[in-house]
This record gives sequence, C-alpha cells and structure tokens, in this order.
Amino acid sequence: MTDKRIFDTKVQVLKYKVLKEVASLAWEDKLLEHVLDIPKTIVPGKVPTMRCCVYKERAILEERVKLAMGGDPDNSNAIQVIEIACDECPAGGYEVTESCRGCLAHRCQDVCPKGAISLDHLQRAHIDKNKCVECGACARACPYFAIRHNERPCIRSCKVKAISMNEDFTAHIDNSKCISCGSCVYMCPFGAIMDKSYILNVIDMIKKSQNNQKYKVFAVVAPSIASQFKYAKLGQVVAGIRELGFFSTVEAALGADMVAYKESKELSEKGFLTSSCCPAFVDFIKKNFPDLAPYISSNLSPMATIAKEMKRSDPDCKIVFIGPCTAKKMEFRKSEVHKYIDCVITFEELQALFDSKNIDITSLDEDVLDNASYFGRIFARSGGLSDAVAEGLKEQGIDNFDLKAVPCDGIEACKVALLKARKRLLDGNFIEGMACEGGCIGGAGCLTHGPKNKAEVDKYGKEAYEKTMKDAISVYYIDNKQE
Amino acid sequence: MNVTICIGSSCHIKGSREVVDRMKELVNENGLSDKVELSGAFCMGHCKDGVCVTVDGKLYSVSPETVDDFFKNNVLAKV
Repeated sequence: MTDKRIFDTKVQVLKYKVLKEVASLAWEDKLLEHVLDIPKTIVPGKVPTMRCCVYKERAILEERVKLAMGGDPDNSNAIQVIEIACDECPAGGYEVTESCRGCLAHRCQDVCPKGAISLDHLQRAHIDKNKCVECGACARACPYFAIRHNERPCIRSCKVKAISMNEDFTAHIDNSKCISCGSCVYMCPFGAIMDKSYILNVIDMIKKSQNNQKYKVFAVVAPSIASQFKYAKLGQVVAGIRELGFFSTVEAALGADMVAYKESKELSEKGFLTSSCCPAFVDFIKKNFPDLAPYISSNLSPMATIAKEMKRSDPDCKIVFIGPCTAKKMEFRKSEVHKYIDCVITFEELQALFDSKNIDITSLDEDVLDNASYFGRIFARSGGLSDAVAEGLKEQGIDNFDLKAVPCDGIEACKVALLKARKRLLDGNFIEGMACEGGCIGGAGCLTHGPKNKAEVDKYGKEAYEKTMKDAISVYYIDNKQE
Repeated sequence: MNVTICIGSSCHIKGSREVVDRMKELVNENGLSDKVELSGAFCMGHCKDGVCVTVDGKLYSVSPETVDDFFKNNVLAKV
C-alpha cells in the first residue's frame, strides 16, 4: 500500500502503522503477549530516522500504542498530548530575524501601535516583548518579510484557544475549552497530539458477534467517504467493510435527510436556529455562547438519527460510525447518543483495519451503498446542510418562512456569526456551523484533504437513487410509528 | 403477522421503497392494518435476492412488479 499516496503526511503514516500493528495482533488474540514488541517492529535497528535516537523513537511509539488502545482513561478528552513527542517548538511570538536590513523607512516602527519597536546603532529593529501585543502589524509592513511570527503550529491551528504551554514547555490542552475538532492533531508536525482510538472495541465487537450470528454489527459511514479512499471505488470500500466482518453498511446521509427534513420544520416554527450536526460546533456554542444554546436545533446528529432508526428495527444490533471526525468520538459517549452508537472510528483507522487483515480493497467486487438522497449526501461539505434545509422547506410546502441561511465554514466563521447573533445583528435566521474548514471533508480523521473533495461529494450526491429527501426518508415511516 | 421489508442499499436500488409503498396500500385496502405489522430492516444478508421480504420469518424475493401477487399469495391467503 505504500506505493499509493493514501495519506497527506508522514505523521499520519506513523500513526497508521501503529494502529495496523495493534489491530493485527488483536484479531489474532496476541495483543497482550506482543504489545511491547510493537515499537521495535516499527523502528528496528539502531539508526534513528525521526528523533535523536531509536530509544526515544520507541518510547514515543509506546505512547502511540497506548492511544491506539484507547488512551488515558483518566483524561475525558478524545484528543490527547503525547508529552514526550512534543518538540517544544519556539513560541516567542514576533521576532526580528537576520533579514532585517536596517533600512531607512522603518515602516515597522511607524505601524506599531504600542511603540514596541526600537532601533539599534545599525538601524536594525528590535521588539520590546513587554510592550508587544502580537498584532503582527510590523510583520505585514516589513518589505523584506524580516519579522517572523514564532507561533506553535498547534496553537495556531487551535481557533478556540485551548492550547497553551506547560511549565516544561510541552503543549497542554485545556479540556474546558477544547471542542475535539482535531485540527491540532492534523497540524502538529511532530505528531505529538493524537486522537484516542477505539479500534479494539470494534474488533472485539466483530469477533464476539460470531460472524454476525449473535448480533449484527452495522457500519454507518459519513458521506465525506466519497472524497476518501481515492485509490479504489466507493463500492470496493463498502465491500472491504463487509470483509472486515461487518454485516452491512448504511449511509449516515439517510440520517441527514431526516435531520434536514425535521430541522427545516423546526426552523420555520422557531424563527431562528443553529445546526446540531457538527458535534464540535455544538460543543463550541455550549462552552462559549451558553446564552445561544436554546437555539441549537433539537435534532440528534445525522449519525445518531440513522442509528436510532436502525436500533428501532433491530434492537440487538451494534452500530459503528466511520467518518472523518474526531469530535464524534466525544459525541457518541453522551448518554443520549450512546444508546444508538456503540463506537466511532475514523477513515484513517478504517484504512489501518483493512491492512491489518490484509484486505486489498482494489481487488474486491463492488458492493452497493445507496440509502440517502442528494441532499443528505451533500451534508459532507460546507453549504450542503443549508441547501438541504431549503429543500426541506420546499418539500413540505412551507412557503410562509423566508430562509436566510448563514453557512459558516470553519470555527472562526462560526464564531463571527454567533457573536452577531448574540447582538441580534446577524443577517440570517439559520446558522449552519461546521468546525472544520470545507465542512466534514476537512475533518482531522480524513486520509487526505484536497481541493477536489467538494466536487467528489457533489458528484456522489448526484448519483443517489432517491432524488428527494421525502422519498429517501419514507422508509422511516413503514410502521407509522416514527415520532 | 409480521412482514419485514429490507430497506438496505441493495434492496433499495431494486425498488424496496415502491414495495413498501404498495404493501402499505394493500394492507390498508384490505383492512388488515391491525393484523399485519409492517416493518423495515437495514439488511437481511441476502442482497442478491432483493427485494427481500420476510413473512413471520420466512424469506421471499419480491419486486415492485410482483408485489401484488406476493401479497395475494403470501399475506392475504395466510393472514
């Protein structure tokens, strides 16, 4: 598999190798016996390739193994720092570099609102850290780009400002602020922040099902899967999921159809709503805008909505959500969701599971995956949910409500919209909040992120058998017992 | 009598929604709504034989074209 570009970064590859080793041993019931051998399997020999020596590399791998096995049970967050892997990146803020030429204009000094820049006898700039407020005006003004911003990638990636430095300079996550979106996981160049993995729970669930005889294990896949596993066909990915031992796969997008249908009605009744699909966005509102929490749509997420329906038709079945999202690993543990969703894994972890069983999905015959409508499927990208809510109003003939959707692409855009909504200045009545840029296709648990992903999702949407949400969700109403 | 219709992907693209809609009509037309309980399943593991329908646990293969005959022979005749 290494000849194909499955992942964006080598950090992901390293994480994948650990997950794969852990899973391989778990399938064979040999994990307890061989768990301590995994670091040496991945880093054999004596020549280090990543850190100062192989012993440090292996020590870090031991921590990765723990995360692959579920992580620290005393830490409630699904996102965890591996302290010994943290390279303690420079974090000095704005600093003048050697590129400063000691020019005459001194634009840097002129634009500084705090008078923090002084000049030495060679006319070179110096920043007084006691006065600097990190506004960055000097860096933007310098024609030589001589002022650099030393900010840690993790801190820069964290738009909710949950990451700081410990006294020993390692990264620290404040769980009371963190929304588990995983952007730091994806951004840390040293792989020092990782999401906990529940693959062992999935393997256990599959094994104990005794080939789906004792109970059935279903996979619910997120629609962003259309932009993933590009080296194979989607039908082959679904076939691979069956090969792993799942009984069958259902689209979370069918849950999304239902959500959009109900949400559009709720919106027309209440007049203002925020979406509830993205667990990181919901968590963000609860932690930062508690006054707006009553406006969060009362619907469960698409994941939980479809799983609720599946458990209604088969109460004994087990359901594993497979998606791009690390925040779903928090959502499924909530009591109102856990009764429907038994476990959550990411696309990265699915790839590791395939390879742990030597399943080459490109050699498999394609399975069918077709439950949802176009509208449920395009939830995977920013703007899709808003389109679906508009469709929901149309299909239900609600024409006395004028929808003004505000699709927010990324948590910073969400924050702007929520600030406006709080002050009643928002030009809109429906906030579609997606914590990841681009929507779910930008999720931290994706194998790859690329500019064509949105088009892939739209294409997948258009291939749906059902053309309206109403037709797609009619299956919920077979027994006329749907609430 | 329990009649379960598969609404998984394979059966869905073979017309399970049409089968569901027609079955609901037939049950109502024949006044059987208190005797026949319709329900859905997200896969019955017989994807090649779709649309899969079970009547009190016994598996049948139905299509939108054969649903009327199926109802007559296996539901109406036995209820």
